[in-house]
Amino acid sequence: MSSPHKALAQPASSADAAPGDEPGAAGRAHGRGTPPRDPGDKGSWRSRLYRWDMKASPYAFIAPFFIVFGAFSLVPLLYTAWYSLHNVQLSDLDNQTWAGLANYQNLLSSDFFWNALWVTLTIGVISTVPQLLMAIGIAHLLNYKLRGSTVWRVVMLTPYATSVAAATLVFVLLYSWDGGMINWMLDFVGIDPVNWRESDWGSKFAVSTIVIWRWTGYNALIYLAAMQAIPADLYESASIDGANRWQQFRHVTVPQLRPTILFTVVVSTIGATQLFGEPLLFGGVSGSKGGSGHQYQTLGLYMYDQGWVIGNLGKASAIAWSMFLILLIVAVIQLLVSRRLRKSQ
Amino acid sequence: MTASELTVPQAKARRERRRVMGAGKQLHAGPLTYVVLTLFALVSLAPLVWTAIAASRTDTRLAQTPPPLWFGGNLFKNMETAWEEAGLGTAMVNTTFVAGTITVSTVLFSTLAGFAFAKLRFRFSGVLLLLTIGTMMVPPQLAVVPLYLWMSDLGWSNQLQTVILPTLVTAFGTFFMRQYLVQALPSELIEAARVDGASSLRVVWHVVFPAARPAMAVLGLLTFVFAWNDFLWPIIALNQENPTVQVALNALGTGYVPDQSVIMAGALLGTLPLLIAFLLFGKQIVGGIMQGAIKG
Repeated sequence: MSSPHKALAQPASSADAAPGDEPGAAGRAHGRGTPPRDPGDKGSWRSRLYRWDMKASPYAFIAPFFIVFGAFSLVPLLYTAWYSLHNVQLSDLDNQTWAGLANYQNLLSSDFFWNALWVTLTIGVISTVPQLLMAIGIAHLLNYKLRGSTVWRVVMLTPYATSVAAATLVFVLLYSWDGGMINWMLDFVGIDPVNWRESDWGSKFAVSTIVIWRWTGYNALIYLAAMQAIPADLYESASIDGANRWQQFRHVTVPQLRPTILFTVVVSTIGATQLFGEPLLFGGVSGSKGGSGHQYQTLGLYMYDQGWVIGNLGKASAIAWSMFLILLIVAVIQLLVSRRLRKSQ
Repeated sequence: MTASELTVPQAKARRERRRVMGAGKQLHAGPLTYVVLTLFALVSLAPLVWTAIAASRTDTRLAQTPPPLWFGGNLFKNMETAWEEAGLGTAMVNTTFVAGTITVSTVLFSTLAGFAFAKLRFRFSGVLLLLTIGTMMVPPQLAVVPLYLWMSDLGWSNQLQTVILPTLVTAFGTFFMRQYLVQALPSELIEAARVDGASSLRVVWHVVFPAARPAMAVLGLLTFVFAWNDFLWPIIALNQENPTVQVALNALGTGYVPDQSVIMAGALLGTLPLLIAFLLFGKQIVGGIMQGAIKG
């Protein structure tokens, strides 16, 4: 098998070489006046390679990202849409039947879906708004000339090193009803112990504090970076106009931070929409239910529960796509609001 | 050699800019600032310190009021139980391998792609860059159902490549390197190398990598933290037989070992490598996040 192949290859390569030789030979035959052929020819071959290299290498450099993104995000995203239109059961994967929009209809008529949407929205607001406000405040303080400024920044960022799982396990213990640190401290100020895991708003608050704890320092650093980029003459002219510190913060810092605020709001919204690990582990053994009354079952958790605990992967796919659509709608609203705000100023 | 020659004027310019900017603005912090910052610092650190306290106690002690406020003597015993019974030992080895592979690959490929977006001209580069940024908006939930089904088809359940492959290179990393290289890599350097007839790969090796090294280090740290803490896909793809740290912690938290002090020891062990990294490279990590932010 290999020898005929070789035999075929041989003439082919010599045929390849022949046309290359011929113009050269012709050129030499034409004689003296032409420039020396060898370097010139080599140069054109090299310059062709060079041009090809210039043209192809950018694509080669970005290819790994787009291949990975295509194979593990884009194609799965489309398949998720496909599965969301099918009945796919974890227990019977070989038997996937067309379901049309049944999974979506099922969701729209399910109280659990609307509950999950409400939970995601409320926890999203409770965790994001105070977090970003505190982050701006901390950034403002970190922006003063501080002794050991790096140490302060690293300390503020330490929660970011803690994984969702580790952080939640600790907070579960801190929030435990009987003998937990937080109820014990509340007792000091005369507040009755709260059943953080079972109560409706208590559990939402508790889950939100985990998010706030992990991300406030990170966002503070982002605001700090933006604050440091604000030109100093803005503050100078403000102080010449007689603005006090608070007025400077309100009328110089905040407007200058607006793009960064929009950025953090969008990123936090994306994070809040996917919220999953915190409520899962907060719930302990039957965590995917999000509490006995589903009071902290977020969309992410609801999807996991439907897909891998109950085993309805078609419905889980429909939940995933609903999440995506909701996220897009929220992002568009945020962009419109920010544009409106910018115009009104 | 060329890199250091370049960074000197850059650093000088930066210092100059900081001096001019900081002139009227960087007010000295008053005592109240320190008080408030100390409070926030305590809130940041207290849960971690208390994890260590709880990990050094016994389960029965943790169930009593008031909760312990100082260390007990059971830390190593609890850590041992978490290490052996909850599979945290395997998990640490697995996660080191997973996060290490992801870090090397993400840094390498992100630098290549970031360089292309920052300095090379090619058709559709603008659109492709926008697309890259846009992909950051897609929640991982949109991919996990098909990935899970394919993984089952391939017989890859519970194997580490399932959690490595999807994150071999990230949009964040690509964008991060692009933002850095736009400023840090002078186009004249690339042109000079081109004039000398250097191929693209030679340019990458001799010009881009040296210039990108600081950002590559920071991206490596950020990627390692991200990969170490990744949660959703690993807990779907892996189980307790071959876990990552987060999978093992999830198993701990959902009742694998119903002993709170052991759970805390597990949480502490699983966080320790990153805490050490923060102790050693905290300044660089902070710098990286701020750098990514200012242009993002």
